[in-house]
Amino acid sequence: MAALPSRSLIRRAALLVLLVVAQIGVAAQMAPMGATRVISLIPATTEMLFAMGAGDKLVAAGSYDRYPPEVERLPRVGALLDPNIERILTLKPDLVVLYGTQTELKNRLDRANIPYYTYVHKGLPDISETIRSLGRRVGVAHPADALASSIEARLLKIRSDVAILPRPKTLLVFGRERGSLRNIDASGGVGFLHDMLEAAGGADALSDVKRQSVMMTTEMVLARAPEVILELRYAPPDAGDAEDMRQWNTLAAVPAVKNKRIYQLRGEEYVVPGPRVVMAVEQMARTLHPEAFR
Amino acid sequence: MRGRTDVRRRLLITVAAFGALTLACCLVAPIVGSTKISLARVFSRTIPYADNVDAQVFFIARLPRVIAAVVVGSGLALSGVVFQALLRNPLASSDTLGVAAGATLGATIAITVHADFNLFGVSVIPVASFAGSIGALVIVYLLSLARRRGTSSTVLLLAGIAISALLSAVGRFVQYLAEFTDTARTMQWIMGSLDVGSYAPIVAALVPLTLAVAGFATLPRVLDLISMGTESAEARGVDVVRAERIALFSASMSTGAAVSLGGPVLFVGIIVPHIVRLLVGADHRLVLPASALFGASFLVLCDLIARTILAPVELPVGIVTAVLGGPFFLWLLFRRVR
Repeated sequence: MAALPSRSLIRRAALLVLLVVAQIGVAAQMAPMGATRVISLIPATTEMLFAMGAGDKLVAAGSYDRYPPEVERLPRVGALLDPNIERILTLKPDLVVLYGTQTELKNRLDRANIPYYTYVHKGLPDISETIRSLGRRVGVAHPADALASSIEARLLKIRSDVAILPRPKTLLVFGRERGSLRNIDASGGVGFLHDMLEAAGGADALSDVKRQSVMMTTEMVLARAPEVILELRYAPPDAGDAEDMRQWNTLAAVPAVKNKRIYQLRGEEYVVPGPRVVMAVEQMARTLHPEAFR
Repeated sequence: MRGRTDVRRRLLITVAAFGALTLACCLVAPIVGSTKISLARVFSRTIPYADNVDAQVFFIARLPRVIAAVVVGSGLALSGVVFQALLRNPLASSDTLGVAAGATLGATIAITVHADFNLFGVSVIPVASFAGSIGALVIVYLLSLARRRGTSSTVLLLAGIAISALLSAVGRFVQYLAEFTDTARTMQWIMGSLDVGSYAPIVAALVPLTLAVAGFATLPRVLDLISMGTESAEARGVDVVRAERIALFSASMSTGAAVSLGGPVLFVGIIVPHIVRLLVGADHRLVLPASALFGASFLVLCDLIARTILAPVELPVGIVTAVLGGPFFLWLLFRRVR
């Protein structure tokens, strides 16, 4: 006759199950799934929250957040370097989305018992990952997953559209002293700008320099000989732009100059690693491969 | 007169020696760099210039840099000599009188408000920083005049430090209001760069520098006397007020030219005059030309280090001069204390 488990053992097991269930309950209470009063201090996460349909949960935004237009109605509570902790506390948020380096703000929020979500800029794949985890955190997991999947699908589509095309060696410039070729900032071989360029079917002229940004000199531009130069601009176009772009003509030996393949790409979507990144990559791909998108 | 011929001979030797050093630096620097270039290709007549990468590296990327280093290095060194003699203070330089702070403020504002205009092919930031440096010096000079006829070195020095602090504070306020990207641009400008990319800014900087050199040429004897003390100089028949005006005008012109071209490159104005005095003595007839030449070669070498040590990426030249200059400055300080 097989020995049955003793009564006391069953009772102990039941107790254990009960304890575990209770623990889960407490944990669930500690980290409420679904925040209702959210403050986002970073343009990228603010855009993500609106795009996943959680815009109505936002009670304040960072001072650099400009998109979507609905963000204008929100009070501003500082940004990366100058978060206004007093205003943040008075708004009684139940979730603050902040940047990884904001240690002081994290300490204060800890003391005030306000939960926060830590975000850092990384590569292109991290955008959809962030959307998913942020969505779970504010309680809109399904729309967030859908958004993330559609971003991934659209990026995949662009990648496949350009997959068989030759990849021009491209220099991605995101800053330069106006009216000259001085202090040229270009994207290096890591980070989301680099990822965007690769996804759009370009070969990064600085892919071997494993830094997010590289300070370029005229010598480096000549030596790297990019076939295309993409210049990112955030300000609205103005009368001096044409003259400013002509500065590149000095470097006549650079293939991009010789073949007149220097383009301005304009818009915040190129520097805010949020949901609009798909538009940015699409535009980049059209610029690099006009023949494929006719 | 025996003394005069003796000085002439020493001047000749000094200029020949420092000139040879400068020439050697200027000949080597454009050939060396992160990219390998062949001189035969650079000067080849068979390859059209538009396709000749080596020639473009040489004539666009390197040669303007070397010339800019010569202009900036000699401009800062010359003004350093004059400021140190005028203020009778070995640690004085253009930074002490608020010139660097004024130039930085000018550049910061130009960067932050996205000002955009071209003056004789020179973009707005050099123009704004030149205006800022001259503006700062004019304020300091007027303040020092308010105390008495002619300037007093103590008042000049204190006014310089006060204005420097004030202008830096205004600069920080402007930066606080600025966007991130503009703040980053300002930081880059402050670290200094000689990659000027064309010859136009160099030609523009040569105008004030030439004025300055003309002014400096009248000064050596007077500076020798003034550095002993203004009273004794006046007793020897020196028109101190006039000499001070010429000195300040020339020094501000040369600093303005240097800073607008290369940014506020640190320590050159302090280190170079001291090294030169250690080598040739205190006679300004020797110190001024030797400093101009040595300042030029020093900065050409620093820039060579800056663009090769971390190749393919580059260090801002201001970091190299600061790393070399900082310890030297401390050594100078403790040597005096002992």
